[in-house]
Amino acid sequence: MEIVYVYTKKRSEFGRQCNFSDRPAELHVDILPDPTLAGNFIERNPCDMPIQCVQEMSEHEVNTERFATETRGINHVEGGWPKDVNPQEMEQTMRYRKKVEKDENYVNTLLQLGSLMEHCIKQNNAIDIYEEYFGEEEDVIEGTEEPPSAKTINVFRDPNEIKRTATSLSWHPDGGRKLAISYSSLEFQHGSKEMSFDSYIWDLENPNKPEMTLKPVSPLVCLEYNPKDSHILVGGCYNGQIAYWDTRKGSQPVEMSTVEHSHRDPVYKVIWLQSKTGTECFSTSTDGQVLWWDIRKMSEPTEKLVLDLSKKGNLDSSLGAISLEFETTMPTKFMVGTEQGMVVSCNRKAKTPGEKIVCTYSGHHGPIYALQRNPFFPKNFLTVGDWTARIWSEDIKESSIMWTKYHMAYLTDGCWSPIRPSVFFTTKTDGTLDVWDFLFKQNDPTLSVKVCDEALYSLRVQDNGRFLACGSHLGTATLLEISSGLSTLQRNEKALATAMFERETKREKILEARHREMRLKERSRSEQGKEEDAKDGDTEENPEDLVAQAEKTFFEIIEAERRKNEEEEQKIQAEMSKVGKEEKEDSEEKEIDEMEVRISFC
Amino acid sequence: MAEVEETLKRIQSHKGVLGTIVVNAEGIPIRTTLDNSTTVQYAGLLHQLTIKARSTVRDIDPQNDLTFLRIRSKKHEIMVAPDKEYLLIVIQNPSE
Repeated sequence: MEIVYVYTKKRSEFGRQCNFSDRPAELHVDILPDPTLAGNFIERNPCDMPIQCVQEMSEHEVNTERFATETRGINHVEGGWPKDVNPQEMEQTMRYRKKVEKDENYVNTLLQLGSLMEHCIKQNNAIDIYEEYFGEEEDVIEGTEEPPSAKTINVFRDPNEIKRTATSLSWHPDGGRKLAISYSSLEFQHGSKEMSFDSYIWDLENPNKPEMTLKPVSPLVCLEYNPKDSHILVGGCYNGQIAYWDTRKGSQPVEMSTVEHSHRDPVYKVIWLQSKTGTECFSTSTDGQVLWWDIRKMSEPTEKLVLDLSKKGNLDSSLGAISLEFETTMPTKFMVGTEQGMVVSCNRKAKTPGEKIVCTYSGHHGPIYALQRNPFFPKNFLTVGDWTARIWSEDIKESSIMWTKYHMAYLTDGCWSPIRPSVFFTTKTDGTLDVWDFLFKQNDPTLSVKVCDEALYSLRVQDNGRFLACGSHLGTATLLEISSGLSTLQRNEKALATAMFERETKREKILEARHREMRLKERSRSEQGKEEDAKDGDTEENPEDLVAQAEKTFFEIIEAERRKNEEEEQKIQAEMSKVGKEEKEDSEEKEIDEMEVRISFC
Repeated sequence: MAEVEETLKRIQSHKGVLGTIVVNAEGIPIRTTLDNSTTVQYAGLLHQLTIKARSTVRDIDPQNDLTFLRIRSKKHEIMVAPDKEYLLIVIQNPSE
């Protein structure tokens, strides 16, 4: 249907301004309803109509600006003395004080104040008005009921533009209100010139700005607070040097070891020794050396050990060390974890350098990134490497007594809880932190927390076992608080852990004995077999015989094959000469044969 | 004179008392049982705090006055007995 209505206007009136005026309504088109069209439609009955019966909401997000706070203190200096008294002069101040003390007003006031004060002191000593009743018991109940959890308290980011890995963490020894973090890029030849060398000490309350900067000459790979003097930190550099800082003396190192007497590879671990002076430490590196230092004399190491298992002290054949363990209750012993996946147990006080290496434990397929004795049962130690964490007993050298399953991601660090003997923590390259409690669950971690998206690299627990910090590949250190159930000693836990360790050790011992027995049996049998005849090839033989036999059959097969080939060649050659003589009218099959032959000749 | 000595000695001998300081109106320590730097720090800061506390009490009610100041802290309790001319400060560890 087309509706056309024509307006007419004179040409001379084009473009003129309009003169609107009222006029009665007029009908242009009248379309009457067409009942036939209704046949095209059907009535919908019932009719569905959804409506929302709740208030409509929308979600908005806003990221508030970071608020930087700064802590400031005030140092009050002496003042307020009368003009004629110089506060620096002892004599004058003494005289002034004497004068005041002779004042009658002073005497009266003090007597009055004294009695007032005494009353309060007595009051304090008589009753503790702030005493909290039943405070402790409530905590215990809470601890047993809540499920294991961990929450992030704070995140400390590397303030530099180019991020580096947080390679090691160290808690302040007094209360752990501060955290020293060393930053360095461990990717080989990856460091650029703009990359900062600095490492930082953080105040846990202030993640915006590091409390102090440590400025080494080469990036720090490890950093450790002195447990005896919290102002002093020792660090191992990427270039192999050892340096120490005194936080009272600023950001520059107080002293550094000389390059020619230092490690030749990055210093992966440095540990303070238990000594009277509290100035001794020892360090290790992938160059295969363990060096002892006294920070009072940093020019050269006080002692040296080369991790050469042939006990010749040859640096070329030594094992690269990547982790170190020292337990203060066993001052002469220490252990080293190597890149080859072997733990080397050493005794510092042995008479000859060769005897310092006592024994080895092997079981990992890659570098041992973490090594720690159990704080309650120092005979048992934890290692972390490849895809597993293993617990060992000192007595069993053949294998570990307990181990985790092979994970999908590499494990990078691990440590025991200082409070609970059965709890340990591990970090993985997929950014998760696992908390294990082997009294509760052996196959899986009790708690698995995804801390960040990038790989976690380092881990350290505070001495109270409640806070732990983990450092990531991109230099983010996350401070986590774990639930009280995981950080308080459970009833009977020590006894249960002892029983568990003993049982596993016993099991491994039995297995070891059985293996030895079997090996002995095999040896004697193979010897017998040699004497008699090697006819029954099905029986087990020692590997050398098997190898020899396999080689023999292999060469026999090869020889047979070669002979066959030669024969065929001769046959083909003969045929070819025949073909040459005959005319080339033969079937195509022969041509194909010939082609093949030529190819085989090439 | 001797009475003052006696009073101070008696206060110091009470259980948990860590130190006693007498400060004059200018904030100068007159007598102390602590070392010099700690004394100066305590005297200066507590003198200011006491003045502030007193003026607060008086601002709220002009007829009122500060008679005693007890500061309970994590480590100990600091007690200040104020007077027009002098302050007597005692630091006590009540849980000892």
